Amino acid sequence: MRYAMTMDIKKCVGCSDCVVACQTENNVPIGFCRDWIVENVDGTYPNLELEIRSERCNHCDDTPCVRTCPTGASHVIEGGIVKVTPIECIGCGACIQACPYDARYFHPDGYVDKCTFCDHRVTKGQDTACVSVCPTKSLAFGDLDDPNSPVSILLRERKWKVNAPEAGTKPQVYFLT
Amino acid sequence: MKEELFISGRDIPFIDPVLNVWHWQIPLYLFVGGLAAGLIFFASYFYLKGKEKEYPMAIKIAPLLAPIVIVLGLIALILDLRHPAYFWQLYTTIRLDSPMSWGAWTLGAIMPLSILWPLSYIQDIKNYFGDWTFKMPYKLLVWFIKMIDRYWIIKWVYELSIKFRKPIAITNLILAIILGVYTGILLSAFNARPLWNTSILGPLFLVSGLSTGAATIMWMAKDHHEKIAFSKIDLLLIAVEIFFIVHMFMGFLASSEVQQEAAALFLGGEFTAVFWGFFVTIGLVFPAILEIMELNGFKIPISIPAFFILFGGALFRFIMVDAGQITRFLY
Repeated sequence: MRYAMTMDIKKCVGCSDCVVACQTENNVPIGFCRDWIVENVDGTYPNLELEIRSERCNHCDDTPCVRTCPTGASHVIEGGIVKVTPIECIGCGACIQACPYDARYFHPDGYVDKCTFCDHRVTKGQDTACVSVCPTKSLAFGDLDDPNSPVSILLRERKWKVNAPEAGTKPQVYFLT
Repeated sequence: MKEELFISGRDIPFIDPVLNVWHWQIPLYLFVGGLAAGLIFFASYFYLKGKEKEYPMAIKIAPLLAPIVIVLGLIALILDLRHPAYFWQLYTTIRLDSPMSWGAWTLGAIMPLSILWPLSYIQDIKNYFGDWTFKMPYKLLVWFIKMIDRYWIIKWVYELSIKFRKPIAITNLILAIILGVYTGILLSAFNARPLWNTSILGPLFLVSGLSTGAATIMWMAKDHHEKIAFSKIDLLLIAVEIFFIVHMFMGFLASSEVQQEAAALFLGGEFTAVFWGFFVTIGLVFPAILEIMELNGFKIPISIPAFFILFGGALFRFIMVDAGQITRFLY
């Protein structure tokens, strides 16, 4: 089993519904978020290109955050989901420094918090909160090992890219271009 | 080229607009860690070479500073944690992949050993403080030596520390090198921060730490011969340090875009003045010139070059930690 997410850049309108859904579903403290919207303007006027992406933890295959964690609070669970155990986390910030995507932050309670791919939902066969609310259906979630899962089909049929592949992290959130 | 990047829906202090997770605590710790590594290294090395008579300050007195600065560093480290009460979690596991875990265990080992070393020279340290006009440390040591005689457990540790001076010196020598390198590796292990992600940071921080240690010993030394010896050592270390710094920038400029941009922070960017002006010029070249003049017979108070080397060593770590957090991957 290998969970992954796809994000269709062509469909995303940057409404931030995924951000709010995640904050509500996961009781994210006010002022923080586990996923966010990036608006990327490329080029020089008048040849501008706008790309809107919904970003989150990439649940990488090669996890620098888990590697640098000195206590083992950061770990990988079944399906390749990267999680943090709050009671083992000392809040040293090493994993925040290690993440090329800046996907982690200090929870006000003192531990490091991040996207969990809604593991409490996906283990029951549901979609993550962000995927289930996306009004333009630009987000999809599924198991890469299952050839008939939505992500496997999309990755077969569409062209895609990942963020900062040169960081060597093998990210598992794919952006359909 | 990315022209503009807006991140909406995320406005987390310490991450946006630039990552700023590590503040003054980490560079302070990196500085005192390097300083302690230097002091312990020289004490153990010259003890093993049998130079006890020649370099009394380096071997007997100066290592007293090591546990004091290590404790300062540990306090800074604990202040840096967002879950300080959970710091003991570091000692429930050994994670070979994590430099911070290595560092925690090295500190855990070197801390007691760095106390044992000056303990074995407690009589000499007492005599040293006897010359001071400020009698407080002397009285404290006299009281402590009385305690050694009164309690068998302290006496036992004290006698042990004298008996096993040589094995302690060997262990300390190795641990001091690990500690010195570790202060650099801690940063260089972060692939996500291009400025830090260079393997030369380990040796560079080790040499810089040894240099601050040599400067401290040189400052404290009373004997002219010892001052000159450590002045020469320090000069050599400064030369190696400058060599490493040049190499670091050569590596950056020959590397990928993110590392070129990291180097640009120092070559025309916002850290140019503070790095080349304050660290390289005032913290390395200026004390080196003073030391060369001193060695050629000019009368220069040794405290001036020593102070500027310590200042430069601390500044270097502050610059590296601050600048490194600005650099990132672009996508």
